[in-house]
Parts: sequence; structure tokens; C-alpha cells
Amino acid sequence: MKAFETIEHTADIGIRAFGSSREEVFENAATGMFSLITDLESVKPLDEYPVSVEAEDEEALLVEWLNELLYLYDSNSILFSRFRVTGMDANRVRGIALGEPLDPGRHRLDTDIKAVTYHMLRIGRVDGNWSAEVIFDV
Amino acid sequence: MTALEGITEVSPYCWEIPATGAMRVPGRVFADRNFIEKARAEKALEQVMNVACLPGIVEASLAMPDIHWGYGFAIGGVAAFDCEEGIISPGGVGYDIACGVRLVRSNLNVADVRDAVPALVHEFSRNIPAGVGRKGDIRLGHKDLDSLMGKGVPWAISNGFGWPDDIAVIEDGGVLEGADPAFISKRARERGFAHPGTLGAGNHFIEVQQVDEIFDPEAADAFGIFPDQLCIMVHSGSRGLGHQVCTEYVRLMGGAAARAGIDLPDRQLACAPIASPEGREYYAAMACAVNFARVNRQVMTHLLRQSCEYIFSSSAEKLGLGLVYDVSHNVAKFEEHEVEGKKRRLCVHRKGATRSFPAGHPDVPERYRGVGQPVIVPGDMGTASYLCKGTARAMSESFGSTCHGAGRVMGRRAAKKMIRGDELKRELESRGITIRAGRTSTLAEEAPAVYKDIDEVVEICHRAGLSSKVARLKPLGVIKG
Repeated sequence: MKAFETIEHTADIGIRAFGSSREEVFENAATGMFSLITDLESVKPLDEYPVSVEAEDEEALLVEWLNELLYLYDSNSILFSRFRVTGMDANRVRGIALGEPLDPGRHRLDTDIKAVTYHMLRIGRVDGNWSAEVIFDV
Repeated sequence: MTALEGITEVSPYCWEIPATGAMRVPGRVFADRNFIEKARAEKALEQVMNVACLPGIVEASLAMPDIHWGYGFAIGGVAAFDCEEGIISPGGVGYDIACGVRLVRSNLNVADVRDAVPALVHEFSRNIPAGVGRKGDIRLGHKDLDSLMGKGVPWAISNGFGWPDDIAVIEDGGVLEGADPAFISKRARERGFAHPGTLGAGNHFIEVQQVDEIFDPEAADAFGIFPDQLCIMVHSGSRGLGHQVCTEYVRLMGGAAARAGIDLPDRQLACAPIASPEGREYYAAMACAVNFARVNRQVMTHLLRQSCEYIFSSSAEKLGLGLVYDVSHNVAKFEEHEVEGKKRRLCVHRKGATRSFPAGHPDVPERYRGVGQPVIVPGDMGTASYLCKGTARAMSESFGSTCHGAGRVMGRRAAKKMIRGDELKRELESRGITIRAGRTSTLAEEAPAVYKDIDEVVEICHRAGLSSKVARLKPLGVIKG
């Protein structure tokens, strides 16, 4: 099973992430988002950053999780390439993002993601497999 | 009347979607048949219909000819809400709050300075950070950032970024009233600190342009525009600060809408009653981001003037680098409009639409009041941009609004598959256009083929009477992030 794929949208861009658990779909959505920002192969998972967010429901939780990572990247210039969800319930997700500070000499930045939107947001489960769709504002 | 399965062309270039289901008002799209079919195919018309369901919407949910599928609201959407019963929606403004365009003129004739354009473009790109994640050289303390957000462009001018004369030719005199920095979070500040005076990426640009056609000599003269003149256009917004404000309030208002009993057809339409605490707080925060965006363009104008001084070995004053105007095309504002013969104060959302106020309107700068507000419509790097003027018909038909650009027709990934950035660069260069881009892939994403034809979009607005063409400008040099 592939981890994620890109969704084409006229003005914007999104990802469809897959996973065998809700945790995995959150991890893969984060990987998908950062694969749009840069080439993940170039980002060494050197430092660990704890991430913890809360929201009113599962869908909002996914948006908050991704927005939190986007904020860490945008405000601290840190790129992430690996993600681990360590704890999760209906209203809360905790995890770790691994990455390193942005180095313009080694990291080529691609898509400038402004935000994670609620538009067409969807988390679903079919035959025990999870998938999620989210659209970014770029 | 031409019907398109329930959609009727009620007047030339104006298509009406009747109010059905939960729609409180009809939808009205200004377009020709080709554009309306495209909008329907990509479901942008459904978005116009969704907005028509929101409480307190007045008259109709509108869209300009550059309509395309957005998130929540369609891009090119205009919606006005009653101040008592209506709502305000962060998604109806967008993430790039007060993204907009400004046009700087000169007294230079392109024929005399054509050879200097590559050096000028190089100098601009040296002095103005552009591209993903690039930070600016302007360092601000917390108090400075508060003053910047609260006081807008007049603050920037008093700190040496530009001319006092610039203030009169920026919407709202460069400062949207009601901005309260107390509602700007620590995170929004962190994302804003490094960004004043930076271009950003995506569709943002700086262009050196040549006036290549004049349609309305009288208005052109009033705007200080003449044939073959060298002009500079800047397209940018509120950067990380605006994105964070929108992100936070979309989330907050998801809850507020539920509490107010508002049923949302799309979560991205999250909104709150204008008069509610959440509604008032969002406006105060949005106004800060509006002021931030205008200061951002103001600081870039200052840097552009300095660059011109260096390249042409003359002062910016002698070069006549005055500001023509500055428009914001992602914004919600309180304005007075006449509805069914009565004057009403409304909260007008423009998401990818430009204000287009007519001659005589008190909000049009005094120097332009005889002709109307300058409307700046940025095109793409291979074609052209337009300078138009506001009209009385826009006041009666579209809450004083017109288009904001060409409007995308192709997604970014599809563009990258079809177009090679380096080939496009060579093609544009062979036509004498100097290109500076942080990434060649940006060029593919922003290639002329991914947009509607700007000439057609502006022509439809002109024929529908939403704005009137004044001049066309073609690019000589382009800087993309």
C-alpha cells in the first residue's frame, strides 16, 4: 500500500494519505505534506520535536496536526522528514517529528504551503484501511 | 434569454443561478458562455451556491469573470452581509489576507532605458528577498510590529519607507481602521516578524512593465500614465502573518458557527455573526493583517525606488517614481451600498475580487475623483496586466467590485507535467522578457497557459460595466519567488 498520493485542485494542491491505522494515516499525511515542501531524501531525521494538539473532532484533529507542523517549519525554519504518532484519542494527538534545520545549500524548497484548509476534508475507513484527504492553500 | 440548465443569462455577461434549497439569495456570475461552462465543470458554481446559504447575505452571491474553484468560497467571489444579521468569514477573505497589487509609474520612456532593464531586474532581485521561506532585512521589535499593524502605511512612511504622498493613493489611506494587535497571537507574530519587505512565492511577482496600449487617454492622464512608459508592478500579500490569522480564526469560527446554529455546507465556510465576539475579534485581527500586507508592499516600493536610483544614477523623485494606486483583492470591509433604494452598511467580502469605486465616490482619492478609482489587474508573465477604472455600474451590480486577475484554469502539478520551466524561460527571454525566478518549476506552475486569457477577463468586466479599461501593460522583466 502506498503511503500517500497528490490530489490536483485548480488553484491549490492536496494529498490523499493511506494507513492501516488512524495513527499511520496521520503520519503519512504529514509525510505527504512535507514531500510537497521539499525533497524528503535530503532531510536528515537528526532532531526530535514533540508535537501535541487537540481538536473537537477527528477531521479537525488532522488539520491541527498538520498546521502545527507547518507552523514549526515556517516559524523556526525546520524541515521534517519522519513522523511518529505516539498517542491518540478522539480529541488529541501526540507525536514526534524528526528533521533538521533548513539549510539553503542542501535543501531545495518546492511548494510554499500557506495553510491546511478544511475544504473537502475527509477521513474514512474501508475494510480496516484508513484514508484521509486534505487540501492545502498554496 | 439563454438557458444553461437552470442558469439564465439575465443581462449581457450576467448569469443567474436561482435560489433553491438552502440558498437565501440567488447566485450571479459575470462571465461569457465559455467561462460559465468552465466554472460549472470544476464545481465553482456550487461554491457560489454554498455562499448564498450563509445568514444575512444581501441581494446575491456574486462571482467575477475570473471565477475558479477555491476552498469554501470560489476565487473571484463577492458577498455582502447585513451588519446585524450577517456573518463574517475568514475563509471568505482567504489565507493571504489583503493580497494585492500596486503600480508605480515613472517619467521614463522605455525606448530610452530598454537596455537597462536586465540590470534593473537584477538589482530588484538583489534587494528584495523572494521565494519560499526567504526572510527580509527589516528587523522589528514587538512594539514596532504592533505599531505597524495598528497604524499601517502612515507608520511605514514615518519610519522612512516611502513618500508621504503615497498614503493618499492606497485604499483606506493605507490603514484599515479597527485593527487591534491584541488579537494577533504569538504565533502570527512569529510568522510575521521576518516578512515585511519580502515578496513570497507562488503567483506573487515584481514586474518591470511597458505601457503598450491606452484605451482611455483622459483617465490615463489623470493616473499619470502615458504610452511606452516604464512602470513597476508589485503583487504580494500579508505573508505568514496573514496565513496564521486565517488559520486560527477558521478553527475558532467552526465552533462559533455551530453555537450560532449555522449549518455549514463546507467547513471552510466557517463564520460567525459580525456582531458576535468572535466576529469582532476576527475583524480586528484581519485589519492588522491588511495593514501588514500594505506595509509589506510599501517597504518593497521603498526598496524598488532605491534600486532605480542606483541603476539610473538619479533620485527617485527625479525619476518620477510615484505610486499610481494600491489595491487589496482578498479582504472584508464595511462599506455603504444602496440596496433596493436604501443606503445600507454592509460587510463586503472580496475573495479574489478588486474594489471598483466610481468617479465622485468619497473613498476615491481626491486626485482621481473626477475619473474613478484605479483598478489594477495583474496578468501572468507572458501576457499583460491592466489598469482600469471603477464604474457606477459596479456600484449597482457588484457592490463596487470587479475581477482581480486572469484566474487559474490548470492545477500546479498538471502545469509541471505539461510545461518545462526552463523551456518557458527561454521562450520568454527570446521575446525580450528578463526572468528571475527562485525555481524554474515556479515558472511552469505560473505559465501563461495555466491562466484564463487576461484580455478576455478584462474585456468581459469592461463590457459588463464592472470596470472600464484605461491601459494595458506588458512585462519587460519578471521576478518570481
